[in-house]
Amino acid sequence: MKKLLLKDSKYEIKKSKIIKVTTLTDLEKFFEIELPGGDSLDHDPGQFVEVSILGVGEAPISVSSSPTKLGSFEMVVRKVGRFTSALHQLKEGDEIGIRGPFGKGFPVRILEGNDLVFVAAGLGIVPLRSLINFVIDNRRDFGKVSILLGCRTPQNMLFGDEVAEWTKRLDVNFSCTVDRADPDWKGNVGMITSLIPGVTLEPERTFAVIVGPPVMYKFVIAELLKKQIPERQILVSLERNMKCGLGKCGHCQINGLYCCQDGPVFSYDKIKGVPEAL
Amino acid sequence: MLYNLSQYVVLKKEDFNGFISDLVKEQKVVAPVAKGCGQFSFEEVKSGSEISIDYIPTILPPKKYFMPRDENIATYDLSNGEDMEPVVEYEKMLLFGVHTCDLAGIQCLNMVFSERPRDLNYLIRKNQITIIGYECNFYCDRFASCRLVHNHSPNGGYDLFFTDVGDRFMIHVNTNTGEELVAKSNLLRKAGEKDFEDLQRVREAKNREFAKNEIPIEHEKIPELFDRAYNSKVWEDLDKRCVACGNCTNVCPSCYCFNMIDEPNLDLKTGRRYRQWDSCQNESFAKVAGGESFRKERGARQRHRYYRKFKYPIAKFSRFFCTGCGRCSRTCMACINLKETLNSLIKEQGMENPEAGKV
Repeated sequence: MKKLLLKDSKYEIKKSKIIKVTTLTDLEKFFEIELPGGDSLDHDPGQFVEVSILGVGEAPISVSSSPTKLGSFEMVVRKVGRFTSALHQLKEGDEIGIRGPFGKGFPVRILEGNDLVFVAAGLGIVPLRSLINFVIDNRRDFGKVSILLGCRTPQNMLFGDEVAEWTKRLDVNFSCTVDRADPDWKGNVGMITSLIPGVTLEPERTFAVIVGPPVMYKFVIAELLKKQIPERQILVSLERNMKCGLGKCGHCQINGLYCCQDGPVFSYDKIKGVPEAL
Repeated sequence: MLYNLSQYVVLKKEDFNGFISDLVKEQKVVAPVAKGCGQFSFEEVKSGSEISIDYIPTILPPKKYFMPRDENIATYDLSNGEDMEPVVEYEKMLLFGVHTCDLAGIQCLNMVFSERPRDLNYLIRKNQITIIGYECNFYCDRFASCRLVHNHSPNGGYDLFFTDVGDRFMIHVNTNTGEELVAKSNLLRKAGEKDFEDLQRVREAKNREFAKNEIPIEHEKIPELFDRAYNSKVWEDLDKRCVACGNCTNVCPSCYCFNMIDEPNLDLKTGRRYRQWDSCQNESFAKVAGGESFRKERGARQRHRYYRKFKYPIAKFSRFFCTGCGRCSRTCMACINLKETLNSLIKEQGMENPEAGKV
């Protein structure tokens, strides 16, 4: 058996540095990552990277920062298993490996000039934030912007500072709901779907962008269709186990589609007839 | 004239062992050998007498040389941080006696791994392997369905191709590599008219033989069958029977799904990252971190396997990924049989045509 170093391998990782770690909740931590030489990740909002901790493994993680942020990128990771627990152990200055970005992100060029309704539930705000911040940084290129945010409890809310800023902005309509309130909570209580009927929108010029847990999509899409938003203008980002990121390993397959290459962002008209998708 | 004379050479059967011995002198030769209990396996051979030329599909297909079960893709060293070196491991070898179903399986893998983003590990390894195909003149057993997917006759994918025409082998020379092998041997002679007549006779007899054991549906109608059968009761039946062992995907010549695993050495500083065959039949295969599993039911996972053979690859690669080798049916502990499944689907959808596939 001969062995050859493979310089152009698609599995090569970029040795990157964690430059900031913040604990957001009991389960979620925020990481800011710097690529070698301070290179930009050069991603589209909605794309993901494969994060490596050598000896532990690799996992697909969505990019949470906008490409308008240069010099580093951000991600938020919930501690759920072996890999994410190991990632949570790491501190500022520690190294991780990065491959990517992978997948098809949100079609920002197509969104330009249109009104946008963002629907984020739970951890969905993490990848959606890459697009929200992109839109805010290029605010005049877009029409009306509404953000609908849902979380389990007020304590589960991520990016509280940024959310506070969104609520203050005059060029963003922000509303939020929690499944379970606490005594200090003054806002809405209920499912994310309960916020949709209250949004006023012009359906033919509105794109809705939904990211949340897998069970949520059907219900949110049904509400948006009631608002007459065309199917092709409803965008979702689907969560699957994107092991290789290269359309080969098979784990992320949805019917004939590979989520890692054909997605993770899909328009509803492309997947509504696809069993297993929603 | 269907055959081009200059592309054929002839090897007398009494010279077969000599021909293999000459190959062995040059490189590693892998060929089917008998393992007992009617089982065969591709293994390294040193002489022609070790080869079981009349074999039915081996336990594992030749895929094990193209994408080994465990395949190192990188080594790492943590002494100075996250340092990883991607590697490819390969070996020059000659595969002798590959049936047409398995040639088709290799073609499927070639398509998958040459599709962008290309998989260099696979492509480098594949280019080190010389392939000599071997024609089946008879059906292997009741599990084979190569005729249905048009893989009972050679469709390329080899350097040389042997056909038994009685007291000698007719050999089709398909590539430069094949020509070089021919040029090196002094046991071969050019084919003549008589050899072609014999080859034609063998192929005609084969067509009659392979017209018998068929599934009652036209080849062109199979995609339509699967378009219609997504919610079939047949999958519910498989749900009750499948034990989710993953044997069917391991032995499949066109199943290529894998997992990626890190394995530290005992020093905990160095180690390797490798990929390993994985199976869509495992419940955890399509599970995400949040715990959601997208193919929880065994029936849904079996359906996924069938659709990855008969539907999805049609759109992507314009070919079936079932090669008709019959391995999945032969190996299934729950006796899930691909031909029976197809028959049940055909019957349920009312697409039965007893005349289909007859020559």
